[in-house]
Amino acid sequence: MFSAPALAQETVKIGLIVPMTGGQASTGKQIDNAIKLYMQQNGATVAGKKIEVILKDDAALPDNTKRLAQELIVNDKVNIIAGFGVTPAALAAAPLATQAKVPQIVMAAGTSIITEKSPYIARTSFTLPQSATVIGDWAVKNGIQKVAVLVSDYAPGVDALASFKEHFEGGGGKIVEEIKVPLANPDFAPFLQRMKDSKPDAMFVFVPAGQGGNFMKQFVERGLDKTGIKVIGPGDVVDDDLLNNMGDAALGIVTAHIYSAAHPSAKNKEFVAAYEKAYGNRPGFMAVGGYDGIHLIYEALKKTGGKADGDSLIAAMKGMAWESPRGPISIDPETRDIVQNVYIRKVEKRDGQLYNVEFATFGPIKDPGKIKK
Amino acid sequence: MTVLTILFDGVAYGMLLFVLACGLSVTMGLMNFVNLAHGAFAMAGGYACVILVNKSGLPFFAALPLAFLAAALIGFVLERLLYRHLYGRTHLDQVLFTIGLVFMAVTAMDYWMGSQQVFIQIPEYLRSQIDVFGVGIGRYRLMIIVICGLLTIALQLILAKTRFGSRLRAAVDDARAANGLGINVNQVFALTFAFGSGLAGLGGALGAEILGLDPYFPLKFMIYFLIVVSVGGTSTITGPFLASLLLGIGDVAGKYYVPKLGAFVIYAMMIVLLLWRPNGLFGRSAAR
Repeated sequence: MFSAPALAQETVKIGLIVPMTGGQASTGKQIDNAIKLYMQQNGATVAGKKIEVILKDDAALPDNTKRLAQELIVNDKVNIIAGFGVTPAALAAAPLATQAKVPQIVMAAGTSIITEKSPYIARTSFTLPQSATVIGDWAVKNGIQKVAVLVSDYAPGVDALASFKEHFEGGGGKIVEEIKVPLANPDFAPFLQRMKDSKPDAMFVFVPAGQGGNFMKQFVERGLDKTGIKVIGPGDVVDDDLLNNMGDAALGIVTAHIYSAAHPSAKNKEFVAAYEKAYGNRPGFMAVGGYDGIHLIYEALKKTGGKADGDSLIAAMKGMAWESPRGPISIDPETRDIVQNVYIRKVEKRDGQLYNVEFATFGPIKDPGKIKK
Repeated sequence: MTVLTILFDGVAYGMLLFVLACGLSVTMGLMNFVNLAHGAFAMAGGYACVILVNKSGLPFFAALPLAFLAAALIGFVLERLLYRHLYGRTHLDQVLFTIGLVFMAVTAMDYWMGSQQVFIQIPEYLRSQIDVFGVGIGRYRLMIIVICGLLTIALQLILAKTRFGSRLRAAVDDARAANGLGINVNQVFALTFAFGSGLAGLGGALGAEILGLDPYFPLKFMIYFLIVVSVGGTSTITGPFLASLLLGIGDVAGKYYVPKLGAFVIYAMMIVLLLWRPNGLFGRSAAR
């Protein structure tokens, strides 16, 4: 009777909730792949505890996320919940993390407010203000004066727009057109035409990873590639996952983002090679979010000596710093949000494949969405 | 000149909606069958076209008729196996049955092809825009207008002038009498259903480039098909055709001129039109 809880403590359970089906499935698959890869490389035992990952598919629907998080916490007695492909999913699970004092590791969702919704949330992905402010500053400094903005009409899009606007206009740039397109938008044509007619120097584009390909096709169809109008934005439009499918239309797009498969560090080369060998395609920024997320959990467990209660783990995670495939990163002890470099990259062709090639580094950058407060 | 570009884009979009939806108006209006799975046939055509072009390297224009045939064949088989048992049932039964089919199709496609968007490799010469007196004409959209225009005329002729058309109309008006006159009602319905599914498949193949294609296609566009059919009425081909054009132009113009209202314009138009003509633009008030 007394041995049962003692036995249960031999295993640290992680409930991984990600979209494995539906429009966001590539996010879930990348995170799942990266975690499996990390566990192969580092073993499934940390600080004397066996690590067990329980994978659940929420199809990026917050109702599912909440139910699955509840089941994982109550029935499976997980020590940590992790994953969360989209912002609403991360927000749906936040009250449960607080209530059950279970750390919630956000590996993908990118809206600024998420980490404020529970003291048990830590994030290893990124926030949109991190990249949108950097590209805003970069644009004014590089002779782009008039910009037309197109973002998807949901929280990350609104975040991206607000942060970009503040920095771009703050630097003296002018926004000539501002369009929020519905998330389930079938046809970009009329919006693109409106942007074209506003004759900007560049277009700032944020659409969720997955719609970027469709956007770029229509960009070319409308002849915008011949007008000299540049495409700039946060890096989601040119996710490594999709970039090759977009074809040469994507060449020359300049984005600010936290990760590129072409990041020239030794650590990243090793990561990309291992990932490609295991799964046959290259990792995107979602994979890195998952890879760093599991690393954070491993290191926190090492620090607590295997103690896996929520308060100890979160305390251990605060301020932790390490070298990720994306470069040096750390967890801000105050906001539990990720602090990292943001790179300016340009789409170029290398060995017949398209890559986001980094050419400038900014950072380390805390989430600007929170510094303001 | 922008006005004309918008008009052109709207017409192309409307034509595409028409080809996607007209099969539904045939089954719903003529056969009195509510087939919410119509979009699944469109998706099947779209994927068939993508596979033929991207994987087998078939020319785009050769893949289009094959996409039609593939969707028609699936339609024919399903009609013989499943649909015909539901002709006499209530509309609620038909709705529940077909919506179930949609979910099965979505899941099957997700499993088989993956859930990411697929991109069709259209020929290089269709990709850009040509400039006609300052009006930007997208080549691909121009092709859509030509194909869909010809198709509409052909469809109208088939229904109004051919022996098959009159048989179909007879079979619909009074199946028993038509049977008595030696019309094989079963066969007429099966062929009509297959043809309608084929049209959806062709629409899906043409639309893959503009609308994108993923396993959620049937759910995403179901609302558009239903708007076209309900605004256009179901008793003619002209009704849905004009409704498609009106909605296509309205949608594109609305998104261009009032981007803040964006996608809402098409719904507002539907509401206004239906308040004005509850049976659709060309619906007969004394419809069944």
